[in-house]
Amino acid sequence: MSARTPIEDADVCVIGAGPAGALVADRLADVGREVVILEAGPRFDPADRLDRMERALRPAYDRPGVWGMGGDRDAHSNSGDRSYPLNHARVKGVGGSTLHWQGMVMRLHEDDFRSESARGVGIDWPIDYGDLRPYYVAAERELGVAGADDNPFGPPREEPFPMPAFPPSYSDSLFAGACEELGIAMHSVPNARNSESYDGRGACAGYGTCQPVCPSGAKYDASVHVERAEERGATVIDRAPVRRLEHDADRVTAARYTIPGGEIHTQEADAFVVACGGVETPRLLLLSESERYPDGLANSSGLVGKSFMEHLFAGVGGTIEEPTRQNHVGFLTSESHQFYDEADADLAPFKLEFFNYAGPSPVEEALTGDQWGDALLDQLRGSYGTHVGVGALVEQLPSEDSYVDLDPDVTDDRGLPVPDVHWSVDDRALRTLERANEVQREILGELGAEITWTVGPENTGPAFHHMGTTRMGGDPEGSVVTPDLRTHDLSNCWIAGSSVFPTGGAVNPTLTIAALALKTAENIDDAL
Amino acid sequence: MELSRRDAMAALGALGVGAAAVGVRERTGSKDEEPEARVRETLVAAAEVVYPSEVSGVSEFVETFLTGRLDDDTHAEGLRAAVSDLDDAATEWYDGRFSALSPADRDRLLREIGADTAEEKPAGTTAERVRYYVVNELLLALYSSPTGGKLVDIENPQGHPGGIESYRQGPEV
Repeated sequence: MSARTPIEDADVCVIGAGPAGALVADRLADVGREVVILEAGPRFDPADRLDRMERALRPAYDRPGVWGMGGDRDAHSNSGDRSYPLNHARVKGVGGSTLHWQGMVMRLHEDDFRSESARGVGIDWPIDYGDLRPYYVAAERELGVAGADDNPFGPPREEPFPMPAFPPSYSDSLFAGACEELGIAMHSVPNARNSESYDGRGACAGYGTCQPVCPSGAKYDASVHVERAEERGATVIDRAPVRRLEHDADRVTAARYTIPGGEIHTQEADAFVVACGGVETPRLLLLSESERYPDGLANSSGLVGKSFMEHLFAGVGGTIEEPTRQNHVGFLTSESHQFYDEADADLAPFKLEFFNYAGPSPVEEALTGDQWGDALLDQLRGSYGTHVGVGALVEQLPSEDSYVDLDPDVTDDRGLPVPDVHWSVDDRALRTLERANEVQREILGELGAEITWTVGPENTGPAFHHMGTTRMGGDPEGSVVTPDLRTHDLSNCWIAGSSVFPTGGAVNPTLTIAALALKTAENIDDAL
Repeated sequence: MELSRRDAMAALGALGVGAAAVGVRERTGSKDEEPEARVRETLVAAAEVVYPSEVSGVSEFVETFLTGRLDDDTHAEGLRAAVSDLDDAATEWYDGRFSALSPADRDRLLREIGADTAEEKPAGTTAERVRYYVVNELLLALYSSPTGGKLVDIENPQGHPGGIESYRQGPEV
């Protein structure tokens, strides 16, 4: 597709080649639909992954640079209470942000779907765990999840994971003793990472750089489903950012996209799927305003861009007086959801994560120090080897103070207003960060650790999970998309991705993104 | 601790150059022998300063590693330019090429150039490029290799595909 020209007679135009768009495209191509995917970023050559890993290790390159993020194409503004590092939090290209993700894939808990009813805050989803349960099963198969049914606090499951879980780490065994003393149950982490060969991809090779790049391909990324969709007849047009959705009163008629060199093309289709993530999805809808929809497309509710949510990170770390064997791998093998369902109006759900990569990585430290030779080796031996850390993810409630809109004063390389992220964090989340820190300090205290760092209410940051800017709901005045993920306003426009989450829970969102994408594909096929 | 050819191949494999490429290059020779020989000679000399004294087998390790790195034309050009600048400084300040200096003078020259405190930048100042192409090139090769990792008690350092067994194992007694 070197010409990057539109295809004829498209049934479905999918905008965005991340996990949501890739799964929708693959499923619809599989049932014979003519599918075209428009992706803003490039198609990355798998042969370049070792070079990208070197970039990840070397201090000359910042994190966005590993996957080519940054510059005028990705310009953005930050007008919220807290600065939001948007280009650290996403990748544009075939595979989307799964190219740099950690790969943790767990299901939302049952009460996450009924926050208002069960916890007295937030809002209820228009669907419940039971509605999504079969799609979770399918999503685990599609992504390839290594896990074990050993989480006593998780939602009910009916089928085993596709692959066995990664066994606990040595440092997990150190935490296990402390947690047993404190009555805290640890369990495995479901990983979208091959613990054995699966789906034509090999087992994890242990490069230790999962986030931001897996050179072996053992970690799932959405290029898997984009390529599969192509094998089933779909067309991918990369480096083709969509600038506007043309529409009439009831339907989207075309997507206008720019190709390298500045030429603009128009792709028509019977149905459109906006799958650009929690920031670019509302941006595209807002950019598509018209006389009919002066506040932006699909925005009769006024909620496009509203209720931007993240997961807040809390963590405590330190050192103990024995080796802890960190940084052999770049993924986690144990966590605890014990405190998750104690959530109420005062405290949010949170989960604990036991680190396998606490403290410095020797090779990274070697490249940034002022020493070499014997002095450097002495320094590395002094700094590596005894670190421990416990992290946590905390739910943020939807709030009118946290939102995404357009910055009319700043434009991108196409001359379009950039997204302006107004990120704000609610008091319940801040209280919960303190509560998570208390538990983390107890665990490290039981281990006899000297605590050297804390991330809590004062210095928390985002987990790079954009959620909530085109909420799902039954009421057109209180939501952007229906429970079937179609926009209330336009009969042939669906939205796939975490932007439809009414609330965020405290588990990593991608498995739910995938489950909803599979549900969306069914709905679109039925509608067509 | 003995650095092996296998360590060099492991480091190369991790950083994007496979053993097959090294084999081909070793058989066919270089397009531009003299500058590449100078790069090898200089980086071996630098490694004798930059690497800890308890490692041995440095020369073969560095030469094998460089054979793969020099296959990347852009990287090779950066390596040659940084080595040339390092030699110019050595000649001007110490009256001899870098590789001909004593280890103490090599150490002193690298610091006088500023490579100890500079941040690495492939297109930066002389200090930043020497840090990138000489000092950090060598440190990256060493500490992402199994033997380099073992110096710090990590058999599977970041960048090395050492499998998924070692993270489960406790410290060696």
